[in-house]
Amino acid sequence: MSYVKPKFRHPRLPSNRLGFTVADYDGAISTLCAGCGHDSISAAIRTACFESSLPPHRIAKVSGIGCSSKMPTYFLGKSHGFNSVHGRMPSVATGASLANRDLTYVGVSGDGDTASIGMGQFVHLVRRNVNMTYIVANNGCYGLTKGQDSATADLGSVSKYGDVNGFEGIDLASLAILQGASFVARSFSGDKEQLVPLIRAAMAHNGFAFIDVVSPCVTFNNHNGSTKSYEETRAHLDAMPLDFVPMREEIKAQYDEGTSKSVTLHDGSVIHLKKAVSGHETDDRQAALNTIQDANKQNRVLTGLLFLDPNSQNLNTNLELATRPLNELGKDELCPGSKVLKSINEGLR
Amino acid sequence: MKQIKGINDFVVKFANVNGTGSASANHLFAKAIFRMGIPVSPRNIFPSNIQGLPTWYEVRVSKNGYLGRRGGVDLMVCVNPQSMEKDIASVEPGGYFLYDSTKPLANHMKRDDITIIGIPLTEMCMKEFPVPRLQQLLKNVVYVGALAALLDIDFGVLKGLLNDQFKGKEKLISSNVHALEMGYQYATENYQCPLPIRLEKGGNVAPHILETPHILMNGNTAAALGAIYGGATVAAWYPITPSTSVVDAFAKYAKRLRIDAGSGKKNYAIVQAEDELAAMGMVVGAGWNGARAFTATSGPGVSLMSEFLGLAYFAEIPVVLINVQRSGPSTGMPTRSQQSDVLACAYASHGDTKQVLLFPATPQECFEMTVQAFDLSERLQTPVIMMSDLDLGMNDWMSPPLEWDDTYEMDRGKVLDAEGLDNAEKWGRYLDVDGDGICYRTLPGTHPDKGAFFTRGSSKNEMAVYSESGDDYVQNVDRLLRKFETAKSYVPEPKTHPPIEVKKPKTKLRLGALFFGTSASPSYEAVEILADEGYPIDTMRIRAFPFHENIDQFIHEHDMVFVIEQNRDGQMRQLIMNECQIAPTKMTSVLNYSGTPITARDIANQIRQSLDTKSAKVVPLHKETA
Repeated sequence: MSYVKPKFRHPRLPSNRLGFTVADYDGAISTLCAGCGHDSISAAIRTACFESSLPPHRIAKVSGIGCSSKMPTYFLGKSHGFNSVHGRMPSVATGASLANRDLTYVGVSGDGDTASIGMGQFVHLVRRNVNMTYIVANNGCYGLTKGQDSATADLGSVSKYGDVNGFEGIDLASLAILQGASFVARSFSGDKEQLVPLIRAAMAHNGFAFIDVVSPCVTFNNHNGSTKSYEETRAHLDAMPLDFVPMREEIKAQYDEGTSKSVTLHDGSVIHLKKAVSGHETDDRQAALNTIQDANKQNRVLTGLLFLDPNSQNLNTNLELATRPLNELGKDELCPGSKVLKSINEGLR
Repeated sequence: MKQIKGINDFVVKFANVNGTGSASANHLFAKAIFRMGIPVSPRNIFPSNIQGLPTWYEVRVSKNGYLGRRGGVDLMVCVNPQSMEKDIASVEPGGYFLYDSTKPLANHMKRDDITIIGIPLTEMCMKEFPVPRLQQLLKNVVYVGALAALLDIDFGVLKGLLNDQFKGKEKLISSNVHALEMGYQYATENYQCPLPIRLEKGGNVAPHILETPHILMNGNTAAALGAIYGGATVAAWYPITPSTSVVDAFAKYAKRLRIDAGSGKKNYAIVQAEDELAAMGMVVGAGWNGARAFTATSGPGVSLMSEFLGLAYFAEIPVVLINVQRSGPSTGMPTRSQQSDVLACAYASHGDTKQVLLFPATPQECFEMTVQAFDLSERLQTPVIMMSDLDLGMNDWMSPPLEWDDTYEMDRGKVLDAEGLDNAEKWGRYLDVDGDGICYRTLPGTHPDKGAFFTRGSSKNEMAVYSESGDDYVQNVDRLLRKFETAKSYVPEPKTHPPIEVKKPKTKLRLGALFFGTSASPSYEAVEILADEGYPIDTMRIRAFPFHENIDQFIHEHDMVFVIEQNRDGQMRQLIMNECQIAPTKMTSVLNYSGTPITARDIANQIRQSLDTKSAKVVPLHKETA
């Protein structure tokens, strides 16, 4: 890094339940382009972790390769991070989660990293219901190699070079729902009000939580004709607002009856969905898919919590792992010793 | 006709159709000889297929305990008409040919220099057993019964084995024993039993073998036990022959030995991944997070894993890979053995990489080296690849019992815990504090505000901050090289034996032989054959890469060194050329890459030929044109 982020913070910054201020969740200064949607996602993750009072060092950040995957450097500087190889973050996250089930895992990926080179690993990550939050910063293009279309670019979207995309875009949210994901949401990097509670809910969820975040690329995909520009996204945004109430807090806000619905998560936290926009049901996979399809037909970018199974079982439970993290086990628990080996020898005669 | 004679010293080969139950009958035969205390080494030579293709099972009986292939067949048991013509032709003159005489032997196949033993296996079974499936299965047991008479196998041992195998299924025991008796009776009534080649309990077996209570096990099972004893908790894998049985065996033992006593839950995780990329990715993720993790694969899997092997090398993450080699390139011959991944593994992945390799030669070493691989990978913070192969991994080998020292402590390497971080004067993930190239790592979740860093496959400075500075890069990769030098003092040393005394040596040249893995057993035997002929050859068995300095020294001390290995390109020879200060002309390749394991006779022949051609003229890899 060529320059250093100032450490100074206002002395009266509010602190959370653990006594941390939001500055304790900062990372290094971003080297992404000014105005990049990804920086807003970084900020939202930071705020979400602060608001949920998560101890920073008990979070592990994982990513693949690309502009999106650089992001973990820019938040949670007190957390370990792993910038792995292109499209392979899912497997690294799976292994990490098996080794220590007690940490909170945040994965950050991009549309190239997930929908192209990493598609194989992504669907299997979904299928295994690895206990983690997986955020795709989706800008429909390859930023780091200067603006080629990605597999999530919408049919008919115009690239910076004037080419019209002739291929159907991959909708990762629909795919995740179809593949059995237990928490699927879509959001917009410019909608902090929605994104922060979504991330908090995702992190509280027991199992795989997927958030597809439309995050415009200011340098290569923010022009007229692009369907993932700031202007275009804002013009067609159809946001379903929500609140997240962690398990230790009481529900303070009052909602008018009939306009909202509460879903309790595994750990006792509550997601409060306001049905102001669409009257969408989150517990029905098929209904969720239909709602997304309907919105697509009407050229609307539907954001919010799309599907949730609050009773999901994560990979660790599914594999019947003991509660103590595997990386804490030592010789006594792991090595059967010479007597057992003698009896094994006997069986081989 | 002069018949081949010998007690406890011959080669029997079975020619079968796969999927007909022959494997378990043939195994019964080999195991009975083993239980009689006579050294035996069975080898399954099988197709990449489930049913209907030719398959062979070669059993070597050796009073001296040679476990490699000898070469040649003394007794062929042929129940497969598909391959009969070649099978009968391959019998040594003076040898024996046992076949299913339900259909008479075609005239053009007949030989008068071997003893032909016809037993109407199909006809006998059709008469005796009503169920078609049983007719097919028990045909195999009938010929084992005949062999019991022909070779003098202890009938009680055979019955005991059947009892073990079918415990609780009394009906199966009685029909199998009946089939054995049918064969036994037919052979005794129609042929002179036993044959001039036969078994004899105790007899002439080398005393040092009789003294050890041997076990019979394959290398993959041994490696799996190594993973259990070495404390592996995460296994991620993708099924591929011939490595599949490593994780199968790990699962079997873990289910028994790794259940948390209080909760009944598992102290291990096994994930069948979507491909080898993901399998290795999971191992990398688990290793990064402080668990002992491993995967097992073969040929094509190594290619896919190379991407992550490069990451683990550069990001310095402990990884254990058990590579059970098969023949390549590409799909190659999936069920045939080779040692042809040496270079692909030594330099796995793009850029300047060097990986630590271990070369086990016996099941015992598969066990010990797997344990060692976990220690080494954590000590050196890098991948360690154990280079087994199909021959070692999937075949049963007679072995001294596995041993375990209860004082063993896992070497978790340089990992700082919270206290360590508090006491550290200055910590940087890639600061070479000790000067050995190995830095101190921290695990996620350790300390509230110290020790967090970003692991990455991109270049970084000593403080783990992304850097594209040439100086930072050079400093880092030079340190990795320093670490590789350090590895030399940790990896197992090569093995040497005192030279065999040769009276009246035929050459003044100082001869040496280098080999590794499954080439070792037949190499030692070949060296004894050649010593008898007047060629004294010193031996060194390579057990690890990076090479220990005494490998250099060994080559320097000899005028001519044979490098014996099972691949086309002399990959170990090339690796030595690359890594040591050796004139390539000093090393002569002795190769076999047919897919069936190299034999002692083949090695002896190749060496003899090299020595006969105007002594010490080295045969280059590329034939000379002049």
